[in-house]
Amino acid sequence: MKRLCVVLALLSSGAVASDKRSGVEYVSPETRALQADDFANPGMLWVGGGEALWNEAVGQTKKSCASCHQDAKQTMKGVAARYPVFDEVRKRPIDLQGRINQCRVRRQKAAAFAFESEALLSLSAYIAHQSRGMPVTPPRDERLWSYIENGKELYFRRIGQIDINCASCHDARAGQRLSGNLIPEAHPTGYPIYRLEWQSAGSLQRRMRGCMTGVRAEPYAYGSPEMINLELYLMNRAAGLPIETPAVRP
Amino acid sequence: MAAPRIMVNVPKTAARGEIVEIKTLIAHKMETGHRMGLNGQRIPRDIINRFECTYNGALVFAADLFPAVSANPFIAFTTVAVASGTLKFRWVDDHGKVSTTSAKITVT
Repeated sequence: MKRLCVVLALLSSGAVASDKRSGVEYVSPETRALQADDFANPGMLWVGGGEALWNEAVGQTKKSCASCHQDAKQTMKGVAARYPVFDEVRKRPIDLQGRINQCRVRRQKAAAFAFESEALLSLSAYIAHQSRGMPVTPPRDERLWSYIENGKELYFRRIGQIDINCASCHDARAGQRLSGNLIPEAHPTGYPIYRLEWQSAGSLQRRMRGCMTGVRAEPYAYGSPEMINLELYLMNRAAGLPIETPAVRP
Repeated sequence: MAAPRIMVNVPKTAARGEIVEIKTLIAHKMETGHRMGLNGQRIPRDIINRFECTYNGALVFAADLFPAVSANPFIAFTTVAVASGTLKFRWVDDHGKVSTTSAKITVT
């Protein structure tokens, strides 16, 4: 019962499951149509590229992802819906991109991909795409609680010269406009997303760094514990919403 | 990444005389040539400037592209299904790099 209370307390900051609205509901009909059509959705270029990488033998071991994980369509189903998870090696949470690089370095004996590189985004998109339509289901792992709590604290911490927190916009003013754009509820269900503004695919961390720069704060570094904890909190907050990867956003 | 990332969607089958929609998408940065990089240096223009589609050797659709076209250009068009055969697609960029792909259609 105590555990349940903690989980409920963590989730109660956002809206309850049925009230949550994915970012796709805040975009124009044209953008929504772009996301819905797999032959027009530019994010599918990254998914396609990721499929090629999945089967490419690399590193000293000359092994591909498929050598161990076989067909991603079967084995990677649901993975993006539960990440970030607790990593036994690092003894702290790890997100999907971190896991891909960890696999490359430890298992394939290859160099890690750079953050926001085409390769890392492509593999992430390909893996996350296998969970499309599945509800976000964060693991009930008590080792994660303190990190989720920290992510929540960061979400509500006022930062930058503008001195606001994530909730100032994404909780209090979701659905209203910020310089012409509708403010969504910040549910990260479609990452990596294809963002029209970027003219490219990008990760959740890139998106969050954009917000941090926007409020004139020093953004957290890619892959930093703060970023992972924020991802962790946001995915817990988005629990129940379907994965959309690759999503298209303005 | 090795191969250029291209997606084309052509209906596998069509009735003779039917109007079919063809969708194409190619990964390209489409650098306009108007942007300044570090130290105010102009980033050189690099866009796909020509797209062509041939249907059994006959040109059925072509487009000249200009710097206002966004990255990863998506081009959709229609053609009349006249005979079974191959549609070939060809993109040429400012460096003269040619990307091609093809798709088969069966007309009944």
